[in-house]
Amino acid sequence: MKEHNRLQIDRLDIRAGKQDILRSVSLEVSRGEILGIIGPAGSGKTTLLRALNRLLDLDEGLVVSGDIRLNGLSILDKGADEVDVRRKIGLVFSVPTPLPMSIFDNLAFGPRLNGATKIAELRPRMEASLKSAYLWDEVKDRLSEPAANLSGGQQQRLCLARTLMLEPEVLLLDEPCSGLDPISTAQIEEALKVLKNDMAIILVTNNVMQASRVADKTAFLLLGELVESAPTQEIFTTPKDKRTEDYVTGRFG
Amino acid sequence: MIGKLFVALTGLCCLTIVALVAAILGDIAYFGWERLSLQFLMTSPEQGMAEGGIFPAIFGTFFLVLLMTIAVIPLGVMTAIYLHEYAPRNSFLVRWIRLAIENLAGVPAIVFGLFGLGFFIEFVGRGMDRVFLNGQLTFGQPAIIWAALTLALLTLPTVVVATEEALRAIPASHREVAYSLGATRLQMVRWVVLPQAIGGILTGGILAISRGAGEVAPILFTGAAYFLPYLPKKLNDQFMELGYHIYVLATQSPDVEKTKPILYSTVFVLLALTFALNFTAIWVRSRFRRKLRMAK
Repeated sequence: MKEHNRLQIDRLDIRAGKQDILRSVSLEVSRGEILGIIGPAGSGKTTLLRALNRLLDLDEGLVVSGDIRLNGLSILDKGADEVDVRRKIGLVFSVPTPLPMSIFDNLAFGPRLNGATKIAELRPRMEASLKSAYLWDEVKDRLSEPAANLSGGQQQRLCLARTLMLEPEVLLLDEPCSGLDPISTAQIEEALKVLKNDMAIILVTNNVMQASRVADKTAFLLLGELVESAPTQEIFTTPKDKRTEDYVTGRFG
Repeated sequence: MIGKLFVALTGLCCLTIVALVAAILGDIAYFGWERLSLQFLMTSPEQGMAEGGIFPAIFGTFFLVLLMTIAVIPLGVMTAIYLHEYAPRNSFLVRWIRLAIENLAGVPAIVFGLFGLGFFIEFVGRGMDRVFLNGQLTFGQPAIIWAALTLALLTLPTVVVATEEALRAIPASHREVAYSLGATRLQMVRWVVLPQAIGGILTGGILAISRGAGEVAPILFTGAAYFLPYLPKKLNDQFMELGYHIYVLATQSPDVEKTKPILYSTVFVLLALTFALNFTAIWVRSRFRRKLRMAK
């Protein structure tokens, strides 16, 4: 296989006016890995994910410098098509955001934009995506129901499945389990452990324990600065920076 | 003590309004009902408006409003979509367009009528005659198409404001989800924004229609006729219209006393028409709200 689904973030700077949101952040993640990003609120974690998915284009007044490369090609380049980037680098938001339509239509939304309209073509992908998101058994008989009928945890797994319908090379998750019950949380974590075999995964989380459970590598962001990034084991047992240690042991606000 | 007095005062004000509405409606219903019949709705005026029905005016009103709707809905909806979905937030251009729309809403109806006469008939119509028809008088005179376009201008703010409101009610997260799944802006508008805004757009459209159906001043110079022995068939025909017909019956009739019952019934029909449209708007709005709430 020629591509490794490799995402490289190279000295990424994001500024809003005079204020730095991210300062020279360099990170890397490939297929087979989950990169956990931890850090207190306001550290720039969400902004980082939005930059990777080019959703930052929608926010006005931000200056981005540095580079982000997918399989060696810059996604910030003038020549890079943001629609194409968003298909390859899927994003799951922190709040479940089903669109006001049926479960089926939610799942079919991405492929349909790309011209895949045949049910026969959509069905197998749907089943695979829903199974990957541990949701198939719960919704297989009610695909035509409004997505709003699902519980919060089910909705979030639907959003994960919806992103998987695009068969992305990189999967970004922005605190996907905030506000979910422990069972849904466990299901999403299980799903990610399997999915990393097919794609690179970045998991932003407020929950330090979640990073320790599922992430292969963990990065600690603090006020826009990448304090430390290392294999998860190291971050949690022998952190190099005092601030990392304080944060992962909970001594830090 | 003062508190109780204030409550009584506010209550009295409400009561006054209710009493006024009841008096107007009651009067019109009581006197208008008498003359009302299927025949009244389906025949032409006769003997200098003192006999017969109002069919040409009803027909003209529907034709006029139909043409107006065809003009105002696309223009208004597209304007709102540009302002809310495409234009950069709070740019000079957007503020300028919004200001223009707000001012348009404040222009008196009679001024629209004069504008229609000056712009549509004298400038556009005459121009068309000169360029395409060797100066033969065809479009350069009052006609239903010019009256409809004048009304469309008058009701444009209603449609733009209602559509923008509907667009504003759609959560930003829905737009971001569409983008994150690889939608272009046009696809996002088509598949996420429009389906959710359609209720608001319809409501605005119906309110514009009900406003347009009741206006007389804009069509006074642009195409409404006192009396016509035929129905309008072409875009450059003149037409009879309910509101204008009421004005004619009330002021231009040779025997005002004799036309009074017909006047009452005509007012009754016009009111019934506008109320029906308003209630339809309310019904459509609540229906779509319920549907959206269920889907959210």
